[in-house]
Amino acid sequence: MLNIKNLIVKIGDKTIINDLNLNVKPGEIHAIMGPNGSGKSTLSSVIAGNEDYTISKGEILFNGNNINDLSPEQRAHKGIFLSFQYPIEIPGISVINFLKTSINETRKANNLEPLSSKDLLKLIKEKQDLLKIDTQFLSRSLNHGFSGGEKKRNEIFQMAMLNPKLAILDETDSGLDIDALKIVANGINSLTNSKNSIILITHYQRLLDYIKPNYVHVLYEGKIVKSGDKSLALTLEKKGYDWINNNEEL
Amino acid sequence: MVNEEKILKDATKSDYKYGFVSKFNSETLEVGLNEDIIKKISLKKNEPEWMLNWRLKAYNIFLKMNEPTWANLSYKKIDLQKISYYSAPKTKKKLNSLDEVDPELLKTFKKLGISINEQKRLTGVAMDFVVDSVSVATSFKDKLSELGIIFCSISEAIQNHPDLVRKYIGSVVPIQDNYFSALNSAVFTDGSFCYIPKGVKCPMELSTYFRINQAGTGQFERTLLIADKDSYVSYLEGCTAPSRDENQLHAAVVELISLDGAEIKYSTVQNWYPGDKNGNGGVYNFVTKRGICYKNSKISWTQVETGSSVTWKYPSCILKGDNSIGEFFSVALTNNFQQADTGTKMIHIGKNSKSTIISKGISAGKSNGSYRGLVKIMKSAKNSRNFSQCDSLLMGDKCGSHTFPYIEVKNKSSKVEHEATTSKIGEDQIFYCNQRGIGTEEAIGLIVNGYCKDVLNKLPMEFAVEAQKLLSLSLEGSVG
Repeated sequence: MLNIKNLIVKIGDKTIINDLNLNVKPGEIHAIMGPNGSGKSTLSSVIAGNEDYTISKGEILFNGNNINDLSPEQRAHKGIFLSFQYPIEIPGISVINFLKTSINETRKANNLEPLSSKDLLKLIKEKQDLLKIDTQFLSRSLNHGFSGGEKKRNEIFQMAMLNPKLAILDETDSGLDIDALKIVANGINSLTNSKNSIILITHYQRLLDYIKPNYVHVLYEGKIVKSGDKSLALTLEKKGYDWINNNEEL
Repeated sequence: MVNEEKILKDATKSDYKYGFVSKFNSETLEVGLNEDIIKKISLKKNEPEWMLNWRLKAYNIFLKMNEPTWANLSYKKIDLQKISYYSAPKTKKKLNSLDEVDPELLKTFKKLGISINEQKRLTGVAMDFVVDSVSVATSFKDKLSELGIIFCSISEAIQNHPDLVRKYIGSVVPIQDNYFSALNSAVFTDGSFCYIPKGVKCPMELSTYFRINQAGTGQFERTLLIADKDSYVSYLEGCTAPSRDENQLHAAVVELISLDGAEIKYSTVQNWYPGDKNGNGGVYNFVTKRGICYKNSKISWTQVETGSSVTWKYPSCILKGDNSIGEFFSVALTNNFQQADTGTKMIHIGKNSKSTIISKGISAGKSNGSYRGLVKIMKSAKNSRNFSQCDSLLMGDKCGSHTFPYIEVKNKSSKVEHEATTSKIGEDQIFYCNQRGIGTEEAIGLIVNGYCKDVLNKLPMEFAVEAQKLLSLSLEGSVG
């Protein structure tokens, strides 16, 4: 699915991602953990194609094809989805209108007919229960005046609607109370299958109580310094990131 | 920021969709402005003497006036002696039905996306079409006349309803109001006339479509709309013109009279040719629009301004009657080298009168947009209220947006509120849309339409859709 090789990313002269390698196969869930400023959000932005960052070395392969030079929308059309850490507000555009545009632009890029309003509504009905989204929510302005929890739920709702191949969830758990976290986690779990992959970016281990990753990676100073299974997250939680810092083996 | 510059560079590849010229035979008067020309116009229209005298009076007033310079606009002055003041598609005889309209003209309508017959069948919008100087077709006349509604060209109204015209023309926008209103009063050639009788709610949208076709002409239309007591009407106007290197002058006057308890909703989608991306050509749009509200009546102006190289326009309300209501909802978009100085005046005279102003300016390219508004509350306007909101959206760093609000309050019981914001389309907003598979152009269209939603919502449904498309189209490739 996703294969990142020797990736180096800079903003200006500053190296943010430093020789990073990552291999995600279909059906896998990878968690990436790391302290503030370790490059987690940069990594997700770079995979999504944010042009604020320049790749100075290395390549990102998606299903075997180099996507380094693709625009964000081209990557989205191929099935890459980013759940934003801070979802952006767009006043005056309803959630449903935005979703419709998003789905149909993606379908257009893949030579598919636009989804009829009937099919769209059917799909919405199917997915809105999953995330406990009420119908009134759909006509509100996109993320405008949403609470933190509503914003995150809306991100996962969009993910459910777009059915991406690779979803990168950037700190989707932050700012959620325990009930909202459960709803979001259940939503994510019901969307996983053997064909799609998820990258979870998080500070905390608590999300991993609900979503079970196949792999946990520790990102530190732009590099994956340790990989393991779920137990790694527990060790991290117990010992803190200083443990990484002081670990001679690294 | 690199991204922004790149997008700006890609800018303005979009072409004006309505820039074609139709080749029907036209009858055009020689260029120049003088008493003779005015007499010729009046003669061509077979006008009564009072009308000619009114025109000549206006011309003499006009001669003593100077072109205003207070607006935040800079443009090359138009030589009024080099314009032809009358141009009409040649028709052999008076038309009895739309079937007799010149096929070339019908083709024009088709290109403009208006099928008269379809309009008739599907949307139930009654339309008056004005090409250059004359009205060429009005649909739905019979059905309207059953209700006593008069909807026709102003030329016909002068012939058939002289008392109404004589009573109200110049009553809201007097000849001497300003330079362009005086000019219009002298040389206006056609426009729409509408009268809604007492207590009648007009069952369909009334609409006028204005088209400048002939080169070297100006368009001076005059619209007069009278809503008698307790009546209601919703009126729409749309405008386009061919793409030409020269600047063409459009100086219209619109007068609305809303008698006791009446309501007029007046919507404009203005898409005159805006000039090319280097600022050549384009229509100069100098328009005076004003309505008067009597007791318990209401006037609501909604405008979407995307065209013209220069716009000078302030649809206003005189809230004369007690409890009267004035509203102004505006989206003004400028791109490339376009300039717009637009806004409104709300003059509160009656007690408990209320006004609302919502203005959304969007500037892109190297354009300049200004909001200019006056809220004047007279001593007599006890307990009156105004709320104004003026927002500006900037795209790129080469455009300008300005706000000139004037507020005069002469009594203590009134309440005036003014809010203003300036914003830019954020790169983070665009990236968010991109990530969801929406390309940058579509994203900008989406964001701009969202920004304008409060105003677009005020337009009748089918025109709101048209306006949305127009906004996206006018911004194509223009932004960062």
